[in-house]
Amino acid sequence: MSSARSTILARLRQGRAGQDWSAPDSDFSVVAERRWTAAEKLDRFEARMTSVNTEVVRVPESDWVECLKGRLQEKSLANLLVASELAHGRALARSWEGGDPQLVAYNRPFEQWPAGLFNHVEASLTGCRGAIAETGTLILWPTPQEPRLMSLVPPVHFVLLHASELYATLSEAMADQDWAGRGMPSNAVLVSGPSKTADIEQTLAYGVHGPRELVVLVLQ
Amino acid sequence: MTVGGHQSDVRQFHPRARAALDNPQIRANFRSAMDGLMGKRQAAFEGWDLETLRDLGASIRLRALAKLPELLETLEANCTRQGIQVHWAETGDEACGIIRDLCRARGARRVIKGKSMVSEEMELNQFLEAEGIEALESDLGEYLVQLAQETPSHIIMPAIHKNTDEISELMHEKTGTDRSGDVAYLTASARRQLREKFQQAEVGISGVNFAVAETGTLCLVENEGNGRMTTTVPPCHIAVTGIEKVVEHLEDVAPLLSLLTRSATGQHITTYVNLISGPRQADELDGPEEVHLVLVDGGRSAIYQDPELLDTLRCIRCGACMNHCPVYTRVGGHSYGTTYPGPIGKILMPHLLGLEATRDLPSASSLCGACGEVCPVRIPIPTLLQRLRKESVDGDRLRPSVVKGRGVKRTWSEALAWHGFRWFAAHPGRYRLLGWMMSRFRGLAPRRLGAWTRYRSAPKPAPQTLHELMRQRSREGRS
Repeated sequence: MSSARSTILARLRQGRAGQDWSAPDSDFSVVAERRWTAAEKLDRFEARMTSVNTEVVRVPESDWVECLKGRLQEKSLANLLVASELAHGRALARSWEGGDPQLVAYNRPFEQWPAGLFNHVEASLTGCRGAIAETGTLILWPTPQEPRLMSLVPPVHFVLLHASELYATLSEAMADQDWAGRGMPSNAVLVSGPSKTADIEQTLAYGVHGPRELVVLVLQ
Repeated sequence: MTVGGHQSDVRQFHPRARAALDNPQIRANFRSAMDGLMGKRQAAFEGWDLETLRDLGASIRLRALAKLPELLETLEANCTRQGIQVHWAETGDEACGIIRDLCRARGARRVIKGKSMVSEEMELNQFLEAEGIEALESDLGEYLVQLAQETPSHIIMPAIHKNTDEISELMHEKTGTDRSGDVAYLTASARRQLREKFQQAEVGISGVNFAVAETGTLCLVENEGNGRMTTTVPPCHIAVTGIEKVVEHLEDVAPLLSLLTRSATGQHITTYVNLISGPRQADELDGPEEVHLVLVDGGRSAIYQDPELLDTLRCIRCGACMNHCPVYTRVGGHSYGTTYPGPIGKILMPHLLGLEATRDLPSASSLCGACGEVCPVRIPIPTLLQRLRKESVDGDRLRPSVVKGRGVKRTWSEALAWHGFRWFAAHPGRYRLLGWMMSRFRGLAPRRLGAWTRYRSAPKPAPQTLHELMRQRSREGRS
């Protein structure tokens, strides 16, 4: 291909010629071995998430819609962006009533409604592919139903997490879900709290570019 | 937007360091920031077997470097297969040219940027501005530094040299924001201004923290969400990275992340870890339709030629070495006049700019060793500093060296003095003669010895040598 490519690669190969290049073995046990029970994992996840201003709400699986409604009301949110064709979107639509916040669907390419998404939508609800206890981290793999910007642009982001999908570490989640073997999606995101910065004199401020608030409903 | 080129500036290390030392505001800002960062790092590693984790981090980076050409080829093949277009650049200028052409092909006039140190190294913003393309930084710290027409003073916290009042004044002057000591208010104001810009930009440019060869994945680490905005909202995303940022496996990312965020800011993880492996797919509703990866050499393959200096390329850009450096903490990031300040800058910049321009950097260290002790991938920074000091006075024309500007600090008088000392010290009779002469002619010893006597008095030889005193003592003992 390009000459820069062949020059760079040739120079690297030349640099390596005649040198001892045995790299030490990588022992991953230090980041993998955690013997936490399910309850310990959940406690740890909650503690970590709470420490970075995330609300973690444990709720029986049958009650999450009511719980969400309560939170929306509490925060006086006028609307909620949700994937209407996914199971949780349908469940929400079924029990929605006249006075509830408006349900907004992300059903057209972003370019067709940038101002609507940026200026109008007040909150969003997405699922996730599990979470990591050690760091208090949600694993989001955006899909055509739940596009990337759903978890980024709205000021408040609600996430549904099944308690059974809690991994101890990132290494465990990667291995268990076989990320490398099955190939990565065009975008995957690990989210550990609402958007934040400490760029002004190391003073923490939440809600710089992404959501100001993150609420995790842990379904038990 | 950086002021002046590196090359014109970096030679002025000593006057700038002097000025910074005389500025109590700068010293207070850095002192409090570095103390905070050191404490947070220590707390974040509590309960960890840190030494074993550092071994793991070092082994991952060494393995990646050992297989570097193959991993770059694998990365390219996987990215290409997934729709990411890969470009190669030998120099920063070449990389700037590639990015300009990509912008032009899309008719882009407005570019929004996520944080990228390699783009600072290339002086990409100035390059694009000169071509009529506006490049706006979106990381809050970088945005403030750009408003002030300055350069970052820290690789992780670019605006760490400013306090809240200074930032409030800056935002008031440049953007009309009301003056306020409330950080939340200032942050919200920047959010409003930048949200508009994300939507207007035709191209988003970001850096890369780790490029995973095995899966063709670009890993970006951040807290603010500006990186995700930059790589998601504009229709075209250009990622730019040094060739050394590649790692072999996806599983290698987990331990490096554990080390990076804890070492950098004392966080267990950053708010966002963004894993990009392709452009928007046919059924997706957002994300860039084009993703490009620009691989920049910029002097790295030259470092790669030397088995000792190669360790410089392990760096994962956490900034822990500067946070713990007694020199950096006192003189601040701008004194160095280089893209990368502090200990890592002192061992990296001489390769990127040559020892002529960076002659004062390897010696701007007390060799206390703190940088080497905290480095999450065990780069032996003090050893490399000593190596570069040797390189800067080396006069051996027969020994090939990869370091540009080798021997630049060599002076005939110093070389002569050491040659003379070698002659005297290699033979007992000559050595005694030297001692005798120095003690007898001590009145002629110079009072001024360059930098040594700027803050100290010159050493004066004793009236008698140690050998003479010992002989005298043993004679007295016998009598």
